[in-house]
Amino acid sequence: MDIKILGSNCANCRTLTARVDQALKELSLNATLEKVEDIPRIISYGILATPGLVIDGKVISQGQVQTLSRLKEILLAARQGAPA
Amino acid sequence: MNGRKLIFLPLLLLPLWIALYWFLQPAADFVVGSLFGMGKEAPLTEAIRFFLFETPKVLMLLVLVVFAVGIVRTFFTPERTRAILGKHSHVTGNVLASLLGIVTPFCSCSAVPLFIGFVEVGVPLGVTFSFLIAAPMINEVAVVLLFGLFGLKTAMIYVGTGLAIAMAAGYIIGRLHLENYVQSWVYELHSVSQQTDSCPSWEGRIRSGFEAIRDIVGKVWVYLVIGIAVGAGIHGWVPQDFMASIMGKSAWWSVPLAIAIGVPLYSNAAGIIPVVQALLEKGAALGTVLAFMMSVIGLSLPETIILRKVLRLPLIFTFVGIVAAGIMVVGYLFNYIF
Repeated sequence: MDIKILGSNCANCRTLTARVDQALKELSLNATLEKVEDIPRIISYGILATPGLVIDGKVISQGQVQTLSRLKEILLAARQGAPA
Repeated sequence: MNGRKLIFLPLLLLPLWIALYWFLQPAADFVVGSLFGMGKEAPLTEAIRFFLFETPKVLMLLVLVVFAVGIVRTFFTPERTRAILGKHSHVTGNVLASLLGIVTPFCSCSAVPLFIGFVEVGVPLGVTFSFLIAAPMINEVAVVLLFGLFGLKTAMIYVGTGLAIAMAAGYIIGRLHLENYVQSWVYELHSVSQQTDSCPSWEGRIRSGFEAIRDIVGKVWVYLVIGIAVGAGIHGWVPQDFMASIMGKSAWWSVPLAIAIGVPLYSNAAGIIPVVQALLEKGAALGTVLAFMMSVIGLSLPETIILRKVLRLPLIFTFVGIVAAGIMVVGYLFNYIF
């Protein structure tokens, strides 16, 4: 799984990155987690609000900081290839 | 908590909320009067009474409104707002953008992607600015605090004049045709519009409401308690009419000074409003106080610095200048009327 967090160095973006990281660890999922801070790259995903959560090239959410349990649901669903 | 239960939870909690809310004043009086056994007139008594009543009251109002706004916002995603604004040009666009700025979820750290996303689909520059001015200035935390501490009239005045500034400033920026002062690379970007907003269920919307409480109230409560504590101190000890000479009506320079102090000050509404309320009580003029609040909340230095990435300096100065002028007009107007 390839996960990207789109967003500058703002509080919400940092929180989401930390939570995704924690969720991955707790589920012991194998994934790459990248934080994208370059604005043109962020824009290229077509999001209007940060942080954006991108899993395998697909924008899952934007402008939201999900709870840890919700993130786990999303990650598990993404691994099975089903929408969360 | 999952499933259908979640939908009924608010109906269960609401009567509890109302009962608790009505109980606050007698409870505060009881604690101050009976438990501490303090005299009526002592400054410390008044300060403690103020703090014990206002803190839970404002927190409870905040929880209720943040929950409601959290649900309302699931209906207004930024994509939907952009789609609406793309279809309207000046005047109608400015009015719609200012109104949508209130209900569309927005955080100033998202200002850049939002700006680019709007401009990209052809939302006019002035309309985009109306949105960017209204969104941070008129937020639910500010409105709840104004309502809780100043009353309905002041809250309505704040919302009304805030909207007027957003509409007028956006309209003027649009008329000035400053498109050349947007960084040129913004127009060269091309993005694929993503559809992330599948229509959420009611269960999802209510969950968003609860998450909003945790996110927003969890973040601002500290500032709020500190703000009310400082306010309580001013309430109890600062002599009546102390502020009249500094921030009163007769001091003409108080409005521009309030703005000059307010713009670089970056505090969220939760910290600043309780302090401002106490100042008002000690003789500061309403217009001066409104101007101070609007410049603290609406015109923030961090947001301006973020926007620097997409706007060239002349446009930044125009934007800050027009909004500050608008706030100044509001300040003088209310000092004149009241």
